[in-house]
Amino acid sequence: MQISIRNFTKTFDATTVIDDMNLTIRDGEMLALLGPSGCGKSTTLFTISGIHRMDKGQLMFGDRDVSGLPSQKRNVGVVFQNYALYPHMNVFENIAFPLTVRKDAKADIDREVRAIAALTHISELLERRPGQLSGGQQQRVALARALVRKPDVLLLDEPLANLDAKLRLEMRSEIRRIQLETGITAVLVTHDQVEAMSMCDRIAIMKKGEIVQIDTPADMYSNPRTSFVAGFLGNPPISFLSGIAMENAFSVAPIKLRVPLVPQEGIADGTQLKLGVRPEHFGPEGDIAVEGRIAFAETQGRENLYDVALADGSVLRSIQPAGRNWALGDTVRWHIDSKSVFVFTDDGQRL
Amino acid sequence: MTRNFATWPIILLLTVLSLPLFIMYLFLLVDTFSNTPPGSLLPNEFTLEHWRFLIDPTITGDIWKPTLTTFLFAASMMVIVVSVSATAGYALSRLALPFRRFVLSGIMVMHAFPSVTLIIGVFLVLQFAGLYNSLIGVILVKASLMLPFGIWIMKGFYDAVPWEIEMAGVQDGASRFTVWRRIILPQVKPGLLSLALFAFIDGWSEYMLPRILAPSSDFEVLSMYLNTVSDPNSSTYNFNIFKSVGLFYTLPVLALFVLFQNRLMNIFGGGTKG
Ligand SMILES: Nc1ncnc2c1ncn2[C@@H]1O[C@H](COP(=O)(O)OP(=O)(O)OP(=O)(O)O)[C@@H](O)[C@H]1O
Ligand SMILES: [Mg+2]
Repeated sequence: MQISIRNFTKTFDATTVIDDMNLTIRDGEMLALLGPSGCGKSTTLFTISGIHRMDKGQLMFGDRDVSGLPSQKRNVGVVFQNYALYPHMNVFENIAFPLTVRKDAKADIDREVRAIAALTHISELLERRPGQLSGGQQQRVALARALVRKPDVLLLDEPLANLDAKLRLEMRSEIRRIQLETGITAVLVTHDQVEAMSMCDRIAIMKKGEIVQIDTPADMYSNPRTSFVAGFLGNPPISFLSGIAMENAFSVAPIKLRVPLVPQEGIADGTQLKLGVRPEHFGPEGDIAVEGRIAFAETQGRENLYDVALADGSVLRSIQPAGRNWALGDTVRWHIDSKSVFVFTDDGQRL
Repeated sequence: MTRNFATWPIILLLTVLSLPLFIMYLFLLVDTFSNTPPGSLLPNEFTLEHWRFLIDPTITGDIWKPTLTTFLFAASMMVIVVSVSATAGYALSRLALPFRRFVLSGIMVMHAFPSVTLIIGVFLVLQFAGLYNSLIGVILVKASLMLPFGIWIMKGFYDAVPWEIEMAGVQDGASRFTVWRRIILPQVKPGLLSLALFAFIDGWSEYMLPRILAPSSDFEVLSMYLNTVSDPNSSTYNFNIFKSVGLFYTLPVLALFVLFQNRLMNIFGGGTKG
């Protein structure tokens, strides 16, 4: 079901946390709300669920206005960060709870619970208490409980934050698989860009209560609209150089760097600019030479990471396949791939 | 449990310190079942005569009626304290009530207030309400004196229940009341149980309030009964019978304590969060 948020404003004791937000989640898609801590991701999520009320604005499930409805009447499934399973009930009772509240027939409950348990691969755990489950299993139970009512939308608040690295990888694909199999509309809150990129159809990047950009992971990565977005996606992160516009080029005079601004002609000379260079676009290959010294080197097995300090003190990150290794302190003459760089104005807008 | 120090010195110390108490109780127990010749320390014959009062009302008066009254007194007080604390504690912990802070600090002050100082006020209220000299009046007063403690303890237990569990229940479609009854209440069961025990024991051992607030009524609780038996000027005075009645009076408390001592300790583990 399509979810739309229109002109949403939320205020907590005089501080406005979300100001006039508009967001549409398409039917059947999984959308990530990605952003730094405190930007209002959970607030948005809990507003969709009905735990928070909107101060202004409208929330539509399909063409039904649910803004005024309490949580109980919204048919929303929520998975909380700590799973929030009911400790005194076993797994079966946990999953059945939403159905018993609805007073479904016993046989129906049994059938539904077993079906959803099969989908989430926990059929053999139904007799256990939550305390006797591993983190990943608890996560599956929480998912099953959220899905058993066939909600209009599934909301996940940092569902993987409490898992260790390996389980996180596993549950990442599991959640995605379950979402695809049920075809449910889902919103995933996370501050981990890898999670957002790997699990979701689209990503909405938030900053201080505003949505800065909403796009598919690939588009967002290759076409960031602001330097904030460019800096948020990608690991290792993008590096920025400060310079000025000079004769249709981005120029850093002290190190004689000139990157032509091909499509963006007509910028007044002397305008302050920022150049964003992703680590994979800086290395031995490329077209614009920069000289520097290796200030940091890290081996990651398949790849090596380098920080190259330029003469004026700024730093460019690079990621290179293992094989040819450079050592700390080496002087290198590497190149920037000028077709793949991003140019931003001083306040972060992409040119 | 990790053992980073030896436990036997502590156990030894505790044993030595509690030995006098233990010996006293042992003597008390032995004395109620035996006769000791004057001047001797050790008993010389086994007898059940000191327990005759259980079946023979002529000795010290009927003991079963005060026992029943005491039981009723303690049980009603327990019901009132537990049900009010269970609901009020939840409200104070979770609901956005007006004057919440004020109520909380009020409860704290009441908790710290010595109840004797309230007696005159309580007396006037009871007089006014027509409950002076009645069992119900005493129960109400005793229960309300315990309520600040009970509410505070239960609030602590509710505070320890994660907020998400409650929200998950609401999200699953349950009303706030259903969530409270089916999800939250089971989480605070240890608190309820220990509060119930405390309330019962407190009610069982109450002496002062019935004396003051119902001095001329026709009911008698066990503590008052014991007081009568212990009067050395009475014609039926018998020190060994007094001991037996005393033991009889203590037994339920001892039994409850032995059965539930682990649960009772809960109240200090779970109720510490303010
Ligand atoms: N109940 C509340 N009362 C007052 N302020 C709140 C409340 N809930 C959230 N806030 C504030 O609103 C802002 C956004 O909070 P929110 O929980 O939505 O952040 P978030 O993006 O989920 O962050 P995180 O990644 O740390 O969970 C924060 O500044 C927070 O302090
Ligand atoms: Mg959050």
